[in-house]
Amino acid sequence: MGYREKAEVMDARAMDRALTRIAHEILEANKGAGSIALAGIMTRGVDMANRLAERIAAIEGTTVPVGSLDISFYRDDVAIRLSPEVHTTDIPYTVEDRTIVLVDDVLYTGRTIRAAMDAIMDYGRPGAIQLAVLVDRGHRELPIRADFVGKNVPTSRRERVKVLLEEHDDREAVIILEDDGKEE
Amino acid sequence: MLASKHIMTMDDVTAEEIALILDTAESFAEVNQRRIKKLPTLRGRTIVNLFFEPSTRTRMSFEIASKRLSADGVNFTASSSATVKGETLLDTARTLAAMSCDLVVVRHKYAGAPQMLAGAMDCSIVNGGDGVHEHPTQALLDLYTMRQSLGKLEGLRVGIVGDICHSRVAGSLVPALNKVGATPVLIAPPTLLPSRPDILGAEVMWDLDEALPTLDVCYLLRVQFERAERMPFPSNREYATLYGMNLERMAKLPSHAIVMHPGPMNRGVEISADVADSSRSVILDQVESGVAVRMAVMYLLLGGADSGAAA
Repeated sequence: MGYREKAEVMDARAMDRALTRIAHEILEANKGAGSIALAGIMTRGVDMANRLAERIAAIEGTTVPVGSLDISFYRDDVAIRLSPEVHTTDIPYTVEDRTIVLVDDVLYTGRTIRAAMDAIMDYGRPGAIQLAVLVDRGHRELPIRADFVGKNVPTSRRERVKVLLEEHDDREAVIILEDDGKEE
Repeated sequence: MLASKHIMTMDDVTAEEIALILDTAESFAEVNQRRIKKLPTLRGRTIVNLFFEPSTRTRMSFEIASKRLSADGVNFTASSSATVKGETLLDTARTLAAMSCDLVVVRHKYAGAPQMLAGAMDCSIVNGGDGVHEHPTQALLDLYTMRQSLGKLEGLRVGIVGDICHSRVAGSLVPALNKVGATPVLIAPPTLLPSRPDILGAEVMWDLDEALPTLDVCYLLRVQFERAERMPFPSNREYATLYGMNLERMAKLPSHAIVMHPGPMNRGVEISADVADSSRSVILDQVESGVAVRMAVMYLLLGGADSGAAA
């Protein structure tokens, strides 16, 4: 099936404001940047984690470490399908007793986050794990919720939510795609 | 996701699939550096190591790879099995099939044993070395090691030195190098070359000293005394003098070139101890890569069984 763009729910300005707010909220909830580290989920979560780290540095003047997680090997559907591309996980800090903020672009079923938590735990025992997402589109299949949300976007399961970032897409927006009813 | 269900020969994988296997192995190599070297990926899958020939590194490498992926590994060694009571390979295969395993790694002294198993079983088969035919995962880990050490594969000139005619390692490495755009060069005395080296798709040279300055990789093969019907050269000392790698010869290689060996080594025959232990030898890197590459092969063969639909 093909997909066509149905609506733009966030533009570049809105995304920028949401990320800045999330950065403030992370600092407020954790009383500063001292004990936290970010872990972006491949691939767009990593870009978002880097942007959050820049904003946190601008606000607090401290650099928080940023890692990248590939959860391909932790998925619960390995037997059904493989990730088209596997990236290498890089966690350049000790996880032990730290507050790890997982960062992803879209929160949907929660299965990716479940896998990401398992992946992080394999590096050590974090003090706490928090979750920051740009878009929460609902339809959870696991008891997982985000601590920091850019925007709640009610969607239908037939739709797709795509976060476009300049790093990958030459455009900065959050869009909803819908099934165009055509075979691809 | 690989197109073929099995990896029995290098014919089962395309150049693109080789690149996919090596890239995936790179991610698994990271896991092997962690404190907790285990992933839940193949939980509940059963992988049988069916080894009819002695093996240390290959069997252990497959075993460690399956454990790190949380698969259940079962080891079968011919000496402690019903084979000594006269059970045929086919009956062993049917017995295993009845116990429904997902992947069988087989090593056998006869070429074609993996193909025979594949005909009798539904599961994936990985060839862990069949006679003097092929040993594809060895070739894949060799490519991985070359790519890690030299940064690329395309255009490399790889000298494969020594016992070509008894070597399943060469049997897989030559087609593998051709697939990725590297140039295999066979360097051996005529008694250790197959009767038609030209059909392998490799250059042939007799003089190691002449070849050395042109090589990016010098790959030494073990002289397989146990497979040779009669001594293929007058003495070990003569072989070492003409085809053995030593410090003096290593100095003739370009400065970036690496020395490889699939193990186990006959120190003092095809390779001198000081070369084997030198900084240009990547022999232990090959062993290390073996685990990651075999994890990648298992993951790509056993995952995504139902469809190739992207997430």
